[in-house]
Amino acid sequence: MKRSTGEHIFDAVNVVLLCGVIAISFYPMLYIFNSSVSDPDQMLRSRSFMLLPEGFQLEAYKHVFQNPKIFSGYMNTLFYVVVGTAVNLLMTSFAAYGLSRADLFGRKLLMKLITFTMFFGGGMIPTFLLIQNLGMVNSRWAILIPGAISTFYFLIMKTNFESIPDSLIESAKLDGANDFTILFHIVLPLSKAILAVMTLYYAVDHWNDYVAPMLYLRNQDLYPIQIVLRDILISSSTEAMGGGVDTGFAIGENIKYATIIVSTLPIVLVYPFIQKYFVQGALIGAVKQ
Amino acid sequence: MELKHQLPAKAEVLKTSRVKFYKKEILRNKYVYLMLLPVILYYLIFHYGPMYGLLMAFQKTYSPVKGILAGTWIGFDNFKMFFESYYFWRLIKNTLILSFFSIVLGFPAPIILALLLNEVRVKWFKSTVQTVSYLPHFISVVVVVGMLKSFSALDGGLFNVFRSLFALEPVMFLAEKDMFRPLYILSNIWQGAGWGSIIFLAALAGIDSQLYEAAKIDGAGRWKQLLHITIPGIMPTVVVLLILRLGAVMNADFQKILLMQTAPTYETSDVISTFVYRSGILEGNYTYSTAIGLFNGVINFGLLILANTISRKLNSSSLW
Repeated sequence: MKRSTGEHIFDAVNVVLLCGVIAISFYPMLYIFNSSVSDPDQMLRSRSFMLLPEGFQLEAYKHVFQNPKIFSGYMNTLFYVVVGTAVNLLMTSFAAYGLSRADLFGRKLLMKLITFTMFFGGGMIPTFLLIQNLGMVNSRWAILIPGAISTFYFLIMKTNFESIPDSLIESAKLDGANDFTILFHIVLPLSKAILAVMTLYYAVDHWNDYVAPMLYLRNQDLYPIQIVLRDILISSSTEAMGGGVDTGFAIGENIKYATIIVSTLPIVLVYPFIQKYFVQGALIGAVKQ
Repeated sequence: MELKHQLPAKAEVLKTSRVKFYKKEILRNKYVYLMLLPVILYYLIFHYGPMYGLLMAFQKTYSPVKGILAGTWIGFDNFKMFFESYYFWRLIKNTLILSFFSIVLGFPAPIILALLLNEVRVKWFKSTVQTVSYLPHFISVVVVVGMLKSFSALDGGLFNVFRSLFALEPVMFLAEKDMFRPLYILSNIWQGAGWGSIIFLAALAGIDSQLYEAAKIDGAGRWKQLLHITIPGIMPTVVVLLILRLGAVMNADFQKILLMQTAPTYETSDVISTFVYRSGILEGNYTYSTAIGLFNGVINFGLLILANTISRKLNSSSLW
C-alpha cells in the first residue's frame, strides 16, 4: 500500500519513541553489568555513563562467588521455590478440583468464605502473632505454609477445571475411579497449560518473597537470597558482603553491582524462553477480572 | 391437642430426613471433602485466624500467654489515639499522594506503550521492544531498590553523574525527602509499564479490523484511526482497570516502600503499612498497630465495594 508523508513521519516518530523505551529499559542493566567488571579506581575517576566498562577486573565476582551467604541464600531459595511451589500446586489443585464439583453440598458457602479473604484479612500484626503462637517462627514452615494457596490463582485454576466436560468425570466414576484418581489422572493432565502458568507464577512469587522471611526468620542459615541481597545492597552490611573480608570502599560498590548481576542474570537468561507462558498467565488473570 | 402432638413429630421426621440427606451427600462426595479438608483448615487458620486476632484492636495490651479474650477491653481508645496522633494526617497524606501520582502517571504509561507498539508494522521490532520492556518486571523489588541505592551513591552513582552534567552538586537521593516520591513512582513505571501493556495489547488485538478498513476508505489517516477507532476500542478495558485501581487507593506498595525509605524521608515516605510494621513488629505495640491495620483494612474494603458497584453500573462487569 502507498504511504503518505504523514504516515512516514508517524512511523518515524513511533520508532524513535520505542527505541527510547528499549534504551530506558535496558540501560540500567547495562550500566550495572559494565560497572561490575570495571576497575573501581578508574570508574570513580572517570564518572562516565558506563556505556563500556572502564578497565577490567573480575575481583568483585570472585568475592560474590566465594561469599558463603550468597551460596546458602541460593540454596535456601531453591528449597523454598521447589517445595513451596509443590505445596502450592497440590493445595490449589485440591481446592480448585473440590470447589469445581457443581454437585458439592456446601460449595456456595465455602466459595463465599474463601472469596471474602481476598478483600479483607487480619493484617500484619495478628498474622504475625498467630504464626508465632503456632511455633512456626524461625522455621521453614513459616515460609511454606501460611501462603499455601493464593486465592486469586485458585480462582483461575477453578475456572479452568470447570471447563472440563462433566461427562468425562462421570464416566471415570462409573469405572470406579475415586476423586483423587480423577484429579491426578484426568483433570491435571488435561490442564497442562494452566499448570505451567501456575507453576511459574508461584515459583516467581517464592523467588521474590522477602517479607515473610523478614518477619518470620531469625536464623541466618535459613535466609533466602532476597534477604541476603537486602543486607548487601540496601543495608550495605560488610559482613553480608563477604564474610568480614576487608574489601575497601571502591571494590565494595563493585561487589554490589556484581551481586545484582549474579542474582538476576539466571532469571533474565531463562526468561525469553518462558516468556509466552508468563504472557499467557497475565492474560488469564486479566480475563478473569 | 392433636396438633401439638403432630407438630413435633413432623419436625422430627424432617430433621432425621435432613440428617440422612447430609449423610448421603457427604458420603457420596467423601473423597472431595477429604481433599477440601486441608484447604478448609488452611483458610480457617491462616485467613480467619488473623481476623479473630483483630479483636486485639479493642484491647489495652496483648498477652501471648493469656490469649486474646483475657485482655482488658478498651473499646475504640486505640483508634482515638491514632486519629489524634501526630502521625495520622501524615500517613493518610503520604498514602494518598503516592497513590494519586501512581495513578495519574503510572496508569497511562502501559496504555501509551501499548498504543505505540500497536502501530509498529515490523514484527521483529515489535517483539524486541516487548521482550526488552518486560525485562524489568523480572527483577525483584530488593534488587530494584538496591539499584536505586547504588545509582544514588554520592561517589559516581549514575544519578549524580547525570547531575554533574548540569554542574549540580551530588545528592544522596534516597536520603532526600523531596526525592522519595519521584523515585518511587518513576521506578515503578520503569519496572511495570512494559508488563502492564500486555493486557492492553490483547484488548487492541480484539478490535475488529473491518473498522480500520472502513475508516481508510473514508480517508482517515493513522492519527484519525487512533482517535476514533483504537482508543474507543480499548476504553472498556481501561475503565475496568482504572476502577479496580481506584479501589486500592489506600494500598501503597509496602514491600518497596519499606526497602526504599530511610529515617530522613519518613516525612514523605511513611505510609500506613510501614508505620504498622515499625510500631507493631519492631516496637511491639501490638494492639495499637492492629487497630491502625484494621482501620486501613476497613477503608480499603469500603472503597473496593464502592469501586465494584460503580464498575457494575458502568460496565456490567464486577469482581463478584
